[in-house]
Amino acid sequence: MSERTGREPKVPSQQQLPAGWEAVIGLEIHVELLTRSKVFCGCSTEFGAPPNTHVCPVCLGLPGSLPVLNEKAVEYATRAGLALHCEIAPYAKFDRKNYFYPDLPKAYQISQYDLPLCKNGYLELRVGGKVRRIGITRVHMEEETGKLVHSTATIVGSQYSLVDYNRSGVPLIEIVTQPDLRTPEEARLFLEELRSIMLYLGISDVKMEEGSLRCDANISLRRPGETRLGTKTEVKNLNTFRAVERALRHEAFRQAAILEEGGRVLQETRGWDDATGATVPMRTKETVQDYRYFPEPDIPPLVLDRAWVEQIRKALPELPAARRQRFETQFSLPAYDADVLCQHPAVADFFEKAAARFPDAKTVSNWVMGEILRLLKATGEEPAVLGAHPEWVDHLVGVLELVQAGKINAAAGKEVLEESVRTGRAPEEIVRARGLEQVGDEAKLREWVKQAIGTNPDAVASYRAGKAQAAGFLVGQVMKLSRGKANPKVVGELVQRELGPPGQGS
Amino acid sequence: MSDLRELLFASIEELSALLWQGEITARELAEAHLRQIERVDPAIHAYLTVVADRALEQAAEADRKLADHRKAASTGRASSPPQPAELSLLGIPWACKDVLCTRGVRTTCGSRILEHFVPPYSATVVERLDGAGAVMLGKVNMDEFAMGSSTENSAFGVTRNPWDLERVPGGSSGGSAAAVAAGEAVFSLGSDTGGSVRLPAAYCGTVGLKPTYGTVSRYGLIAFASSLDQVGPLTRTVRDAALVFQAIAGHDPLDSTSAPRPVGPVLEEVEKGVRGLKLGLAPEYFGEGLSPAIREAVLSAVRRLEREGAEVVEAHMPHLDYALPVYYLIAPSEASSNLARYDGVRYGLRTPGEDIIAQFSRTRRDGFGPEVKRRIMLGTYALSAGYYEAFYLKAQKVRTLIRRDFEEAFRSADVLVTPVSPTVPFRLGEKVEDPLQMYLTDIYTLSVNLAGLPGVSVPCGFSPETLPIGLQVIGPAFSEGRVLRVARAVERTVGAELTSGRRPAVAVNGR
Repeated sequence: MSERTGREPKVPSQQQLPAGWEAVIGLEIHVELLTRSKVFCGCSTEFGAPPNTHVCPVCLGLPGSLPVLNEKAVEYATRAGLALHCEIAPYAKFDRKNYFYPDLPKAYQISQYDLPLCKNGYLELRVGGKVRRIGITRVHMEEETGKLVHSTATIVGSQYSLVDYNRSGVPLIEIVTQPDLRTPEEARLFLEELRSIMLYLGISDVKMEEGSLRCDANISLRRPGETRLGTKTEVKNLNTFRAVERALRHEAFRQAAILEEGGRVLQETRGWDDATGATVPMRTKETVQDYRYFPEPDIPPLVLDRAWVEQIRKALPELPAARRQRFETQFSLPAYDADVLCQHPAVADFFEKAAARFPDAKTVSNWVMGEILRLLKATGEEPAVLGAHPEWVDHLVGVLELVQAGKINAAAGKEVLEESVRTGRAPEEIVRARGLEQVGDEAKLREWVKQAIGTNPDAVASYRAGKAQAAGFLVGQVMKLSRGKANPKVVGELVQRELGPPGQGS
Repeated sequence: MSDLRELLFASIEELSALLWQGEITARELAEAHLRQIERVDPAIHAYLTVVADRALEQAAEADRKLADHRKAASTGRASSPPQPAELSLLGIPWACKDVLCTRGVRTTCGSRILEHFVPPYSATVVERLDGAGAVMLGKVNMDEFAMGSSTENSAFGVTRNPWDLERVPGGSSGGSAAAVAAGEAVFSLGSDTGGSVRLPAAYCGTVGLKPTYGTVSRYGLIAFASSLDQVGPLTRTVRDAALVFQAIAGHDPLDSTSAPRPVGPVLEEVEKGVRGLKLGLAPEYFGEGLSPAIREAVLSAVRRLEREGAEVVEAHMPHLDYALPVYYLIAPSEASSNLARYDGVRYGLRTPGEDIIAQFSRTRRDGFGPEVKRRIMLGTYALSAGYYEAFYLKAQKVRTLIRRDFEEAFRSADVLVTPVSPTVPFRLGEKVEDPLQMYLTDIYTLSVNLAGLPGVSVPCGFSPETLPIGLQVIGPAFSEGRVLRVARAVERTVGAELTSGRRPAVAVNGR
């Protein structure tokens, strides 16, 4: 019996797992820390510099060079551990993980093995209205490797490969979860929540596309109710949140297809191919690496001062879960709004600043979620850019006040906001310059209403026949005639006044 | 002016005084040493690289500074201010073991794999000696990656013992010891992982100090076994060892294992004598395998120290037997990891292969000698899954026991006095085919590294075949002053009769 079926399983697009199976998923997540210098030397960690310009004997692993631990990296890792409810080890140490690869300058990676900095934590997820607690096995520190640039797609078959060591020695934390996740969706939600937390902590820019957030996933299947774990595969190359979910779903269906045919899942490492939407075998676990871990003799053990840890704990910012909760109660926002607003601290901050100055929080929320996030998406900017533009809050509040006062309508408000953000000019100024003031003059409005009624006898007839929605159509016609400047509320009243209540044929 | 030939065997202190008084110039001193190297090194082969131009530049700079200092002193009120100790290395020629990185100067570590490696940085100890105005003559030979006890494992040929050219100078710092013994340098630096400074010092009749782990920076010292390696001086006198130690020791922010404590006034302590000091003699160091001549020389030195007022107490090192196997698990384990970086990707030798794995393994096949390969294999095995607990972890536990043995011994004894080596220098080739016999050479020294303690090797006599014999003084951590104080007493009491005035014939007459 073949261990892998050759054909690709059918994978439905909706959120579901193969019938009769439960997935057991654990994640290993690497997060690059946003320190200014590398973890064992003073080189810059800046992303995108010309190759091999941020290097020194230490991060190149030249003979005789020695690592000196960056305290800021320890602080950041501790912050992450505390945010994930971990125990912070009073005594941690570094170990060497030995293996040969051209991007690994010392042929070992300084990492943590049996005494990691943080362990036994958890992260709470809200999934479909329920709270799921996902265990964190450990959070440990390690160093980045260099980066290989191959002459063709992969190292095998390349004529040559070049190495850029700018990344070598950038501090990393590896977060390992318990196999507590049950669906690909949960895995994605976990990763998104983790990303938010890192952003709130200010310790990483967590960009999957730049590799500062990377995820490998382990998945196995079993029958619901069973406690034993099935054979797992490890999926790598997951470069987007969407890929995590898609790859795991694909892998669940692939494994189910094998198991249902009576086959055995091969324990192996598989890569995700986003183009074909399938996982592909990379290497089997038979050739498992022996990393020959042993204590790093060049770095003394890390003895953490309790008071220092407590100081960091006290200085932790409000985290996304707490902030969501607060938004729901303080601003009476729906859970959905709180979720969207709190994903990124800059967005939440922005909302809070605007909500402090405008009485209707739900309206502010709508505009932030709708307009502000749309504007960011359109320009491809990171939400963090909001922090750099405090005047945008003024623009939004200005627009909301104009709309509330009936000076412009919502549609015009959206245009004005966009232009304010783009040009930096005040909303009122734009409204004046572009003549967008809402027309509230009843005589003018009545003229348009009469015109609309006169040219749309069908709508008038159906309104009189009892179809109230027809009034909306007429209001729309008036808006058109006014080129968007009519006050839709007043127009609605005028239409009713002209035609009387719906269903009353004249 | 003094006889330049005599200057080749003078101490740092004597030469510094002459330089200070303007009797000689640093340039003359450097040139005399460069000539001596030309004259005797073809027979000894201590040097791998001589940097005459660099040395003469440093000497010229030293002469300028000496002139400035003299001028400042003569215009001062005092007749002649005492020469500051920090100026004592100004203009003094020295030899650097090729395990220490030197900016712009080829650094081979005795290995084919680094044959053409020119580091863009200097080891902290080299920086410090440069800063003190010492004149580096060149890089000296060693066992490849400091693995060996005879300097026969160098990829660039053996170094010969100046006292008997058919014999080994000891290792791995054989070039460092031979250069000092043959008048090719006033002092040298070596590195000591299991006895690599003390053994060649003993075999070549010089003083060799292995400092407490963490007192001397390892930055730029090409790692063999990181938890054991320590840089130390080889000198003609104990006082010189103190001087060089003071110049190179002290906290280095580039080395996380370097001790954040000030270096005490070691030189001041050296002349205090041994009256009232308790010398521990442990029978474990005087058992089977020890050459009778060495036993007699060491015990006779101890009797002299007793006459000087030292007290002899019995000490015990119950776990000493395990030091050798423990060492040969831990050192190769660390070495297997430290030497993995030589893969032909970034620097050093590269032998191309059809794929990257083939390139790695061919580069390492061609670049490493047999002893290095043997230890990499040993270490890889000891660390591998399934054997780690049985070998590496167990060895670390026994290492702790050995450390406790010393702690216990130092409750009753101020220092331990032991032989350095069980035998006098052996003949070239004698032990090359028998690694275990070779490893036994370091049996008295390597426990000191396992415990991270200071140890000094000081000449205490000659064997009947007129080969030098060394005595080892071991002290508690950070007791460099104390071990040198005992060594100084040995030097003073035995020196006059047995060592003073003796010089290797080749160094005097050439060959």
